Amino acid sequence: MHFGISNIIFILILLTSTAFFGYKVRQIIQNIRLGKSLDRNDNKGERMKTMIRVALGQSKMVSRPVAGIMHIFIYVAFVITQIELLESIIDGISGQHRIFVGLGGFYAFVISLIEVLSVLALVATLIFLIRRNLLKIPRFVKSEMTGWPKLDGNIILYLEFILVICIFTMNGADEVLRLRGESHAAGSGSYGFLLSSQMGPAIFGGMDSGTLHLLERIGWWGHFVVVMGFLSYLPFSKHLHILWAFPNVYYSNLKAKGQFTNMESVTNEVKLMLDPNVDPFAAPAADPEAVPEKFGAKDVTDLTWVNILNAYTCTECGRCTSSCPANVTGKKLSPRKIMMDVRDRVEEVGAGIRKEGEEFNDGKSLLGDYITEEEVWACTSCNACVQECPVNIDPLSIIVDLRRYLVMEESKIPSELATMNTNIENNQAPWQFSPADRLNWKDEA
Amino acid sequence: MSELKVPTMAEMMAMGEKPDVLFWVGCSGSFDDRAKKITKAVVKILNACDVKFAVLGTEESCTGDPAKRSGNEFLFQMQAMMNIQVLDGYEVKKIVTACPHCFNTLKNEYPGLGGNYEVIHHSQLINDLFKEGKLKVAGGGDFKGKKITFHDPCYLGRANDVYEAPREVLQKLDAELVEMKRCKTKGLCCGAGGAQMFKEAEPGNKEINVERTEDALEVKPNIIATGCPFCNTMMTDGVKNFNKEAEIEVLDIAEMISSAADL
Repeated sequence: MHFGISNIIFILILLTSTAFFGYKVRQIIQNIRLGKSLDRNDNKGERMKTMIRVALGQSKMVSRPVAGIMHIFIYVAFVITQIELLESIIDGISGQHRIFVGLGGFYAFVISLIEVLSVLALVATLIFLIRRNLLKIPRFVKSEMTGWPKLDGNIILYLEFILVICIFTMNGADEVLRLRGESHAAGSGSYGFLLSSQMGPAIFGGMDSGTLHLLERIGWWGHFVVVMGFLSYLPFSKHLHILWAFPNVYYSNLKAKGQFTNMESVTNEVKLMLDPNVDPFAAPAADPEAVPEKFGAKDVTDLTWVNILNAYTCTECGRCTSSCPANVTGKKLSPRKIMMDVRDRVEEVGAGIRKEGEEFNDGKSLLGDYITEEEVWACTSCNACVQECPVNIDPLSIIVDLRRYLVMEESKIPSELATMNTNIENNQAPWQFSPADRLNWKDEA
Repeated sequence: MSELKVPTMAEMMAMGEKPDVLFWVGCSGSFDDRAKKITKAVVKILNACDVKFAVLGTEESCTGDPAKRSGNEFLFQMQAMMNIQVLDGYEVKKIVTACPHCFNTLKNEYPGLGGNYEVIHHSQLINDLFKEGKLKVAGGGDFKGKKITFHDPCYLGRANDVYEAPREVLQKLDAELVEMKRCKTKGLCCGAGGAQMFKEAEPGNKEINVERTEDALEVKPNIIATGCPFCNTMMTDGVKNFNKEAEIEVLDIAEMISSAADL
């Protein structure tokens, strides 16, 4: 083969897709940066280890074995197939055919591995489609999983399906051509790929070489176009976890899950209140630039950048929701929906700011327009959602920040909790007992 | 029953002494009638093992956990800083508590506000006392051969990764320890955390404690063991919901050990 019009088309598709992907990813990074700062650059070694274990090693996926193992098939297939993609790209740009074939036995081994993994991925894809659409596993049919999120989940699986079919059409047809000495690749005879060396002649053996050349090209171009389409589609899809899972796990919380942040802005005020030497009439240190601090979170810009990264990483698997005690007992709270709402809202705010500048205000907010108070108050802070997430997303910290806003900015709190807090203030206990009676138990029979 | 010896920090200080460990009783343990029994069981164990301990008594105050979980960070930090002043005033180094919520808050959230203590849950202390040979139960007492299932408190388990200490303690009872389908990292909340203890649940189709009690009933236990006063309340209510209170007891591990050791 030689350089021609098809190579120019190839290069155009490649450049357009990658440029578009880069452009969208840049926007997403801008959106993540809308979050408040949070230092997660400590403990680099521990963070790296966690990333290798949880993201690269998929350690939390297998806690649900069926989905976990099927997912590992697709994951490993995806990673290894990149070698074939790399070959396709070099071939497509330079006008060669199977440039790596010169590697001989090693090439046959790698492609054979890809073929085996592709079959496993195909099986996993079918099982996933069945789980979503026929078995209707509860976590895939919750109320937040209708419309786009449902379609999104299926589109990815359909693409995966087409991709595998393309790979086998390409390899199978090319195998037959090479046996006939008519392949464009160097050398002759069987490629020796584990599956297509059997399956190719069985399926394509009876076809004439012209048809085979066409089928081979359809497979090759199909594979490439699906991958580039997938790349362009990714920024709009929950499937972006394949990219963000790694930084997301790296920057995840390493402290005890029970530890909530102590708000520094509050600490400063409480210290002033408890310090007998403070002059209550002293003018506050004048800083004309200072923006009055808001307590807690009302909108996505009040969250931290890690919360927003979490939202972009969420692939809506719903393990959090299916383990949430509030959700399993029919309450409206769904940790997955919290993450989806954050993502939808930050997309909206990000687009608004790019269009109208920093003063963008559409009169909407995360709390109220996306997440209701009812959801926020249903949480037991049990950490099941955090524990279950295969990529260490932390919906709980968002829920807590929304509560903080409701309570400290708007004094909106269920009346029983208002009473409880009053009791703590007045009686040093959540119930209305006298502090003087605290040791009475000692003498009671 | 021998008289409980419950020295306060103030009494100890007046005698020029310092305890090895502060027993943080908590609001439930001080005021809730059911939880007070747990408190006394812990004291009996401490007394029997000659642990030099003290309580703060009337100087103790809510850690602020429910305030923080309900979003009132101001109140939490006020409580925390007042408590830290008291704890530091007595130069407290080590704290044991029978409440996982107090445990979590004191252990994880006080250091950031200047309060640094070694904090352990009573299941860990009891486990240590067994390991040191100070505590012994002969044959498991009334619990011998009984079927026991342990409900993991969220703030002990997932929140702080303490899963084994309470189970190791229960193994001393010569009983049959069975796990619920959702246990340890996958344990289902009793429904009380995050200040839910103090409010009605949002509309749904079931109470969380009922869902959790169903998990327990599935393994047909004689006893549901807990390590948290709130879990105890929720599971007790759950068992009552199924009219099983005559067959199934909900007990704290401290009560079980204290009873088995005939204290």
